[in-house]
Amino acid sequence: MKLNVNSEIALTHLLTRKKQTIIASLGVTVGIGIFIFMISMVVGFNRYSDEALFKTESHIRIYQDDTLSRPLIPKTKLGNTTIIINPKIANLSNTLLNPKKIIADLKKNENIVTVTPQVSVSLFYNNGISQINGVASGVNIIDANEMFNIQSTMLAGDIRNLLSTSNGILIGVGIAEKLNIKLYDNINITSSIGVVKMMKVEGIFKTSNSNIDLTKSYINLAISQQLMKESSSYLTDILVNIKDPNKAPEFSKQLKNLTIYKVEDWQAANEQSMSNKKTRQVMLGSISLAILLVAAFGIYNIINMTIKEKLNDIAILKATGFSGKDVINIFLKESLIMGIIGTSFGLLLASGLIKFISGIYIGGDREYFPIGFESSIFIIGGILGILITLGAGYIPAIGAAKIDPIEIFRK
Amino acid sequence: MRKKIILQTKQISKYFYQPVKFKALDDISFEVFDSEFITMIGKSGSGKSTLLYILSTMDTDYEGELIIGGEKITGQKSDNLAAIRNKNIGFVFQFHYLLPEFSCLKNVMIPALKLGKLSPQEIEEQAYQKLTLLGIKDQALKPASKLSGGQQQRVAIARALINQPKIIMCDEPTGNLDSKNTSIVLETFHQLSQELGQTIIAVTHDNDFAEASNRIIEMADGKLINTI
Repeated sequence: MKLNVNSEIALTHLLTRKKQTIIASLGVTVGIGIFIFMISMVVGFNRYSDEALFKTESHIRIYQDDTLSRPLIPKTKLGNTTIIINPKIANLSNTLLNPKKIIADLKKNENIVTVTPQVSVSLFYNNGISQINGVASGVNIIDANEMFNIQSTMLAGDIRNLLSTSNGILIGVGIAEKLNIKLYDNINITSSIGVVKMMKVEGIFKTSNSNIDLTKSYINLAISQQLMKESSSYLTDILVNIKDPNKAPEFSKQLKNLTIYKVEDWQAANEQSMSNKKTRQVMLGSISLAILLVAAFGIYNIINMTIKEKLNDIAILKATGFSGKDVINIFLKESLIMGIIGTSFGLLLASGLIKFISGIYIGGDREYFPIGFESSIFIIGGILGILITLGAGYIPAIGAAKIDPIEIFRK
Repeated sequence: MRKKIILQTKQISKYFYQPVKFKALDDISFEVFDSEFITMIGKSGSGKSTLLYILSTMDTDYEGELIIGGEKITGQKSDNLAAIRNKNIGFVFQFHYLLPEFSCLKNVMIPALKLGKLSPQEIEEQAYQKLTLLGIKDQALKPASKLSGGQQQRVAIARALINQPKIIMCDEPTGNLDSKNTSIVLETFHQLSQELGQTIIAVTHDNDFAEASNRIIEMADGKLINTI
């Protein structure tokens, strides 16, 4: 493509003032680079904390919520006396009715990745006189592993041993340490309704949450039903994982229409960490936006200075037939070129920073700094960089378009 | 033979409001004919430059009417005026006013590139032609800021000619030039009006320069006082 005359003038301006051009572009480079880097850090960390959460929680949990007894007489008209009774928890059992039907229905939905039934049992772990209370999840271990990736958290043993050993148990590392129990040792458990069972430790796991390591265990579904003295149709929860965990709230709304039971998405179950997450996003987002703004002022400054120095040239151009639009066009092109150069190097800078920091060892179960290349952040950062520089160039360019050549010539 | 009118003013008046209200131009009506070489003279403050800026279409804040080439200019939008200037009017200023970062050749080419009627190759050829006409072809590729004042003024004249405008307007074209360069510019203007049929309107202080023109318009206190 042949350069038109406006582009040619813009390019000449930039090339004859290389130093300023480079400095202004560098401002954009640093702004965009840090912006993308910070946002990537937020996204990486959020993803990491979500992943940690999903090792013990499903995206959606369906369970029988406690219902309160209703007053004997429903609320009557104003003025009438209403009998007040102390509300009591009314449900006799927290089992889900006809869970097989619910599971079969859920499995038909294409957005659902895994569905697994669960029985939660509150119990005590005993070894000699030491005792810890905790919660055992009675699961189908293969399904549960698909959902929580339990195998990846195992320190010792193998989850598949639960299949061959009906009274096998996988315990958290905290329980093992506190009760001084090793792999293949026996452990006594007492359920909340007093059923005692002798279990064999087939695995020890370690999650990123020490509280969970100190309370949680996995057992076979059948054992958990026995611990509650219930039949094989007894289920307390149905756990559901969907394709996009961020869509869990909408999806749980859909499911609420399909079942009478309580449907809870992970966001609702973890309000605390959700609000932490938001705070983090807002904080780092505003810091990086501020950096971007500073870069924009750099561009604004340079374009403004160019215009102040080139009043004569602008007057000449206008006298020889360039309109106000052409003048705006010339200076917009200048800031666009600086924006494109600055932004492209900014993308490179961000990649470099991300590459560098993702190699930093931080220990824990993640081992390396949780940050990754997010193409969507790079795209947003790139677009933002160019838009901001265009805006920063546009304001002084309007001023340049309004310059009255006669005033310049009269001086 | 009746001569064709190329530029006409009808009762043009202009006020300045800073520092006090002041009538800079008072009821100016005159006509400029095709291929004429006109000079406007008068003491400083007589309003001749102010009038020239109105004729140039750059100043739109006046009363009265301006007609160029049969087209009414008064009241047109600034983008239109820019296009009219680009096509029909060439400028030469007192202080040469070239774009310093560009070569002389580019300076000459820019108005034609803006007009966009010819290909860049053709424009370059024409620009060389104009520079040859003014005897500075050998300076074509130097940056404009490296030339002497007289040379820069000639480049500015070449730039004014590039779109073959009907009218060339000059504000003190020889104000900064020595006598040798002045006579070169004068010669060129005569050549332009006689051989190429271009109209030249020049504001000047230089009486010798004025006397060499076809017609002199003398101004004083914002009025036309004498047309020779």
